[in-house]
Amino acid sequence: MGRYVIRRLLQMIPVFIGTTFLIFVMVHALGDPVAALFGDRTPDPATAAQLRREFNLDKPMWQQYLLYMGKIFTGDFGTAFNGQPVTQLLAGALPISFRLMLVAMGFEIVLGITLGVISGLRKGGSMDTSVLLMTLVVIAIPTFVTGVLAQFLFGVKLGWIDPAVSPAARFDELLLPGLILALVSLAYITRLTRTSIAENARADYVRTAIAKGLPRRRITTHHLLRNSLIPVVTFLGTDVGSLMAGALVTERIFNIQGVGYQLYQGVLRQNSPTVVGFVTILVLVFLLANLLVDLLYAVLDPRIRYA
Amino acid sequence: MHGATRVGWAVAGATAIALVASACGGGGGGDAAGVVRASWGDPQNPLEPANTNEVQGGKVLDMIFRGLKHYDPKTAEAKNAVADKIETEDNQTFTITLKKGWKFSDGTDVTAHSFVDAWNYGALVTNKQIGSSFFQHIEGYDEVHPADEGAEPTAKTMSGLTVEDKYTFTVKLKEKFTLWPETLGYTAFAPLPKAFFDDHDAWLAKPVGNGPYKVDSYTRSQSMRLSKNEAYSGEEKVNNEGVELRVYTDNNTAYTDLQAGNIDIIDDVPASQLKNAERDLGGRYINQPAGIFQTINFPMYEGAWGSGRAKKVRQGISMAINRKEITEKIYFRTRTAASDFTSPVLQKAGGYKKGLCGDECTYDPGKAKELIEEGGGLPGGRMTLSSNVDTGSHRQWMDAVCNSINNALGRSNACTVNPVSTFPEYRSRVTAKRMKGPFRAGWQMDYPLIQNFLQPLYYTNASSNDSGYSSEKFDRLIDEANSAEDDEESLELYQEAEKVLSDDLPAIPLWYQNGTAGYSDRIDNVRLNPFSVPVYNEITVN
Repeated sequence: MGRYVIRRLLQMIPVFIGTTFLIFVMVHALGDPVAALFGDRTPDPATAAQLRREFNLDKPMWQQYLLYMGKIFTGDFGTAFNGQPVTQLLAGALPISFRLMLVAMGFEIVLGITLGVISGLRKGGSMDTSVLLMTLVVIAIPTFVTGVLAQFLFGVKLGWIDPAVSPAARFDELLLPGLILALVSLAYITRLTRTSIAENARADYVRTAIAKGLPRRRITTHHLLRNSLIPVVTFLGTDVGSLMAGALVTERIFNIQGVGYQLYQGVLRQNSPTVVGFVTILVLVFLLANLLVDLLYAVLDPRIRYA
Repeated sequence: MHGATRVGWAVAGATAIALVASACGGGGGGDAAGVVRASWGDPQNPLEPANTNEVQGGKVLDMIFRGLKHYDPKTAEAKNAVADKIETEDNQTFTITLKKGWKFSDGTDVTAHSFVDAWNYGALVTNKQIGSSFFQHIEGYDEVHPADEGAEPTAKTMSGLTVEDKYTFTVKLKEKFTLWPETLGYTAFAPLPKAFFDDHDAWLAKPVGNGPYKVDSYTRSQSMRLSKNEAYSGEEKVNNEGVELRVYTDNNTAYTDLQAGNIDIIDDVPASQLKNAERDLGGRYINQPAGIFQTINFPMYEGAWGSGRAKKVRQGISMAINRKEITEKIYFRTRTAASDFTSPVLQKAGGYKKGLCGDECTYDPGKAKELIEEGGGLPGGRMTLSSNVDTGSHRQWMDAVCNSINNALGRSNACTVNPVSTFPEYRSRVTAKRMKGPFRAGWQMDYPLIQNFLQPLYYTNASSNDSGYSSEKFDRLIDEANSAEDDEESLELYQEAEKVLSDDLPAIPLWYQNGTAGYSDRIDNVRLNPFSVPVYNEITVN
């Protein structure tokens, strides 16, 4: 187990270097960030040159990358063009996005798995059909449509919530945005759980459990669900990263000042230190979440062992 | 079966309760009585007077600073603020006397040094201030800000600035510039307190100025709270207790928040709502011209477009565009078809002259076709129109303009659109002079002067001369206008220069861009100044 974890951690290094390099290249391919600072005005060459020197933009790309990575390992993520250290931006945005992700995950796990189990156990029934139909609708409608609609309905028409989340972004304010963010994944989880449950419901061990006279509830939670969760957990693991980053749309709609919002600002303004810094953190989150998922397999199914 | 239904209900119930519960905890805690809650965008650069060239940062600086002059929010006229008098005999050396008794909100005096030090700071190249070029007319600018990339400054201060006594200083310009005092209302020319130079970081975290408002708290990329500056010495009254600026990245959210009553004023109605704004907001929707101007520029550096013969083609293209229809159908009257090269915000007294561009800017498809044919047709038989398409509904109007041209020429593929995905990419192509066909250019005025709409854009080698236009006659008229004895004479000369433009047409005027705003029924007396920024100090809270 220990060796497995170490091996996995070592594997992360090349993945980390590769992805950050790609991001670095892509951000730089977007155009000249210094020119963008000047707006419609033609940049004054002397000032532009000074700015380029400050942000190392006058050096060849590989050198810029090395300088950047060197600094990252000392905890210095550079300075955004508005003069704010990127670490400060991260410190502000990460907890908020993390809270939002927790809310979304909560909805996914509770609602998604419950609905999936219910419809899986009653495959073909009216409940199953309506859940399937609902998930289809949810998957088909883009997040910004549901988000804006819900915001208008609950925020303006009914006045239950504030359309924009306050900078503090408390848990109760994040409930609706969290639900909106969770919706699409929630639908997938429902479908995954349903299929998995429906398959396993006819398995031998379930029949044995029934024959033993175990209560229905116990069979479902301890035998059926535990064995059916592996694909769901895999999905949830990959979803951690995409929820953090995919909050881009949701965070914009509800004005939540999290990772997605800062990333959007960064891309809009060609602010490469911000973009690369945030994406680097996201890559790390994604890698760790996947490691966690792999380790969870062993908990769910003891037959899976890591040497 | 029953169990399942119960779970379903429980979940639905919990969600509903949670949603209701969240309603009670809403708000940002900033709803103090008498405070205006306004939408804001995150300023692009640190908030320093000479380092701010976009409207979001500019709006704050305008609230917390007063320079020598201030532009009247209604007439755009430059009136004395901190300046008591600005005297000159030759329109080149100016003696500036300050009013006594002005203070920064930290209690220190506004003196001649506050201006001279601030200007020297703004001009020095190593301070990397984006607005440095505003000081370029002052003698000694080239020493502190050498034009060449990488060149080191040979001086730290400009030789043209001299402090005479505590409240007097003189400015010597490189050459005569009659209207120069009227440029001094721009925020780059604001005075700075000693605290700015002593502890720069602390100042940036909480800027200190001498304007009608002072900063109470500033959380970057979230919000800023401003309150009435009791020590303010200016003439304008502040009719509210303060302003809370809240950052929105998406103006759609700000609009929704306005509808929900959580915010009092938004100064940029989202494009998708323009159609409904008047109905949604009733009389609380403002839509009026701002000092922003859009043109289609020609690459005059490309022989086929810049030649004397192509002039007729340029005129023809201009006459083939149905400006009025496009401003109504695509922009819902938030643009006004242009008929000169300036902006209505200047008003007649400031040099705006409706119809100055004449027939060349009037829709006449028949004449347009004739002219284009006389000029030898479109270069290569066709043209492409370029712009970034990430903002401003540029894609839509470009399609409409091309349609308009194609209809006039009776060919369906004479004009095509070349969309460039992002603004920075587009601007780097334009500034590198790599355009092969007509392209869009936008100009937002720095100060409400006719000179600002002409010289930076069309003077030979001027900083934002995207077309690469060069005309001896135009340059001469601008020079004469800059050094004319009095304002009236100089205005006439500027307009003559403008006539040269409408004849040569290195750029086709498209439309004046309007400022839009919407406000809640909690506030009154709302209007936009010539820069399309709300006049915050006049707003009253009910």
